[in-house]
Amino acid sequence: MSRATTKEARPEAVHRRDLLQQMLLIRRFEEKCVELYSAGEIRGFVHLYIGEEAVAVGVNQALTADDNIVSTYREHGHALARGLPVDSVMGEMYGKTTGCSRGRGGSMHLFDLSRRFYGGNAIVGGGLPLAIGIALADKLRGDQRVTGCFFGDGAVAEGEFHECMNLAALWDLPVLFCCENNLYAMGTALERAQAQTDLALRAGSYGMPAWAVDGMDVQAVEHAARNAAEVIRAGGGPHFLELRTYRFRAHSMYDPELYRDKSEVEEWRKRDPIDLLAARMHDGGELADGELQAITDELTGEIDEAIAAARAAPVEPVEDLTRFVYSPESS
Amino acid sequence: MSSKEMVKTTYREAMRAAIREAMQRDDRVFLMGEDVGRYGGCFAVSLGLLEEFGPERIRDTPLSESAFVGAGIGAAMAGMRPIVEIMTVNFSLLALDQIMNNAATLLHMSGGQCNVPLVIRMTTGAGRQVAAQHSHSLEGWYTHIPGIKVLAPATLADARGMLWTALQDPDPVLIFEHGSLYNMHGTLPADAGAVDIRSAAVRRPGTDVSLITYGGTLATTLEAADTLAADGVDAEVIDLRSLRPLDDKTITDSVAKTHRVVIVDEGWRTGSLAAEVSARITEQAFWDLDAPTERVCGAEVPMPYPRHLEQAALPGADAIVAAARRAVG
Repeated sequence: MSRATTKEARPEAVHRRDLLQQMLLIRRFEEKCVELYSAGEIRGFVHLYIGEEAVAVGVNQALTADDNIVSTYREHGHALARGLPVDSVMGEMYGKTTGCSRGRGGSMHLFDLSRRFYGGNAIVGGGLPLAIGIALADKLRGDQRVTGCFFGDGAVAEGEFHECMNLAALWDLPVLFCCENNLYAMGTALERAQAQTDLALRAGSYGMPAWAVDGMDVQAVEHAARNAAEVIRAGGGPHFLELRTYRFRAHSMYDPELYRDKSEVEEWRKRDPIDLLAARMHDGGELADGELQAITDELTGEIDEAIAAARAAPVEPVEDLTRFVYSPESS
Repeated sequence: MSSKEMVKTTYREAMRAAIREAMQRDDRVFLMGEDVGRYGGCFAVSLGLLEEFGPERIRDTPLSESAFVGAGIGAAMAGMRPIVEIMTVNFSLLALDQIMNNAATLLHMSGGQCNVPLVIRMTTGAGRQVAAQHSHSLEGWYTHIPGIKVLAPATLADARGMLWTALQDPDPVLIFEHGSLYNMHGTLPADAGAVDIRSAAVRRPGTDVSLITYGGTLATTLEAADTLAADGVDAEVIDLRSLRPLDDKTITDSVAKTHRVVIVDEGWRTGSLAAEVSARITEQAFWDLDAPTERVCGAEVPMPYPRHLEQAALPGADAIVAAARRAVG
């Protein structure tokens, strides 16, 4: 006990615990979403991030509250790692006015501009030009922000990806491109869609530093993202990280997963990012037996409170259907 | 004194003066697009502005419509006031995803957080024998999209004055400049400036028939009105100016006066802006009509290259006159 206490006091141990809690929060949030979806309480598309938590949490360590994030439709993890309150994300899943987009966006369109979280974009590749523009605005004003831009391996097949790699490098924009390579664009395996499957190599061809990172190891992700963000912040131009990860669950709630073997999923589950970090902490004496469960229980309580709040929250009145199509001052 | 002083100008120069004024008045404004800088703009609208404002604010882009239109959206979200130029409306289709799925949608799907104060300018229309991939009038398509505003400056005053007002708007505004208008010349007050972007304008008052048009066909329609006047038919000509939102009141007030309508639209007839105007008249002014609404639209064909076929595909003054005579009976 005294040994564990000593270790916990170390800043790196405290930090690891924080990383673990953040990943667990995302995991438990989404496991709850599965239950709620099965119960018919939430609807629409729900794209789970389970298995990929190390990417969102690791990258976020390199970004300050003043930096920008552009995200995808698989963005619960990005939003929670960014610090959007659980209440507001859960409220959005329920389509309630307490949601971070007042319920108008749902799972795929979480926004919080107060946290410079520029939203979930559900057109594959569609967020990249926005990230370019946000970074250009910062550059024109002389602001020192970094724009973190998340997208998947599927986006690499889109024309917008290539247009944006070129523009970012050409204009030397402060963008951290975070390619979450989970090996599947919905049901199409990377090698069935990409002639060149080394995605970092392709980004590198546009003249920006680009490298692959173990996306299951949150500390490896953090290390890479910090290195990249530091150079970007110093005026080093865009960087590209290919974060090699894996989605443990189906693409969406409708996906029967006919395109991959269960054995492949099981192999990747052996590298579960939460288990990986928990084992490291345990081995280092930073996590006592039973603590993981205790943290999980505490987070589950927080999520349950958010669910109760979302259930009780009001919906937008139908009379406000066309509100926000135009700004009040223009319509 | 200065307000009375008139200066000679062209549509192109009026547009350039509008961009220059916006750049001078607001540091957040910048112009971005293909060949807007060193080349001076493919229609020479931005000629000389690179030298005046530098390459950061007069920003040449690669041929990446989706990326630079999307970048304009992103920059607008992040507090800038970009003017994005697209060479032609046909090329804008390469950026349609960004315009439709992002610019028009972000404010609503973010629950009111994400304003996109962006102006996109592009050339539209035929008449220059540049065939089937540079000549169409697709602004009617854009009017289908809630969340954006669509403008069609047809006069020097509107070329000079719509841009600043559009830049003040918190939402995305598309400005369609008909390619045949850039050389249009005339005079403007030396202190000409911002104009409203919400109302239609009566360009020629009349009592017998309402000729409703916009953009590149305004001049043709006024010519038709002159021909009709010589025959004793007093036509009123309405310039829609704003294609979305439409100024229903100016339209229905005119119909209440003339009881006869011809809509002139260079776009294809089926599913056109002309169809929308016609439907609104039916909904809002049916009992004022003394004759069926007439439409004179572009022929439903990809624009052919030879001059005689191109002219045959466009709404001409003769066709407008004939339609007006049918309406007047």
